[in-house]
Amino acid sequence: MPATYEPIATTTLSTAASSITFSSIPSTYTDLRVVFVGTGTTSVGLKARFNGDTGTNYSYTELFGNGTGVFSGRGTSLNYFSLDPQRNLSTTIPIMNTLDVFSYAGSTNKTTLVTQSDDENGVGVILNMAHLWRSTSAINEISLLVFSSTITAGSIATLYGIKNA
Amino acid sequence: MLSGNPAYSPPLFESIATATGNGSSGTITFSSIPSTYQHLQIRLQVIASGGGGESIRFNSDTGNNYARHSVGGNGSSVFSSGTASTNQIFIGDDAAATNPATMIIDIHDYASTTKNKTVRSRFGHDRNGAGSVYLYSGVWLNTNAVTSLSLGIGLFGGIFDTGTVASLYGIKGA
Repeated sequence: MPATYEPIATTTLSTAASSITFSSIPSTYTDLRVVFVGTGTTSVGLKARFNGDTGTNYSYTELFGNGTGVFSGRGTSLNYFSLDPQRNLSTTIPIMNTLDVFSYAGSTNKTTLVTQSDDENGVGVILNMAHLWRSTSAINEISLLVFSSTITAGSIATLYGIKNA
Repeated sequence: MLSGNPAYSPPLFESIATATGNGSSGTITFSSIPSTYQHLQIRLQVIASGGGGESIRFNSDTGNNYARHSVGGNGSSVFSSGTASTNQIFIGDDAAATNPATMIIDIHDYASTTKNKTVRSRFGHDRNGAGSVYLYSGVWLNTNAVTSLSLGIGLFGGIFDTGTVASLYGIKGA
């Protein structure tokens, strides 16, 4: 049987940058997975966009625990995916996010399952989210970005493709 | 290995089979699952204009040989529940037309003939102002190897519409 879980691209920032972008994503997979581990040069929220879309076409529902309780929330009609709505990137401790993008090359709207794993020795959050991008376009570009700050050098993002039979 | 060529590394995560919704059936079945993997994973996107939660059964067993627990939230409240001695394991909370519900389902040590079978599902569905996120665990109280599995919607009485994609993968052990 052929390999079905393949790395497409990895970016390790050599200098701080406001975004990491995977472009020209081939349409030959069924699902995509992005794994990010990194920090911010300031405490700043990590966002994502598909195909450079800055319209208010993004929304999410979240379930999270912060060490004291369990909560659920949501955001609607946003112009980005918020990958850490409860805790920003730390400046010192790497935060891990995973994004599982289903049927990214298909003609339905796009749902993404997101996790955030963040422990900062006394504070932190574990979070599961469902993100919706209201677009039937195939995804050919994924950007991770921060506003008014930068992602620290050394932060790593890897894009994987998952192919079905 | 020829000199200068990298050593061959067999794939650890392999596609076994794929099924899609057709707008007329509420059950997707994968049968004749080989026993050559350590674990199974299903990646499931569901479109269902009639709605309904998603479930799983093994080896066509419709008896009360399953149990399940869940924790979830709907954007404002959180929930947890459990059910013993039931006839299916919940793996998803709902579905809709247009905006897909998605799940990643792991079935651990599925080929064992001495252990009951544990299942985990991560579910998410957002509809821009509605939706939910759930984590599920379940068990099939049976020590037979899993050779087939069925995915259902609406307690196996709903309909998987076009746009539903179910992909079964095998994960190799060392």
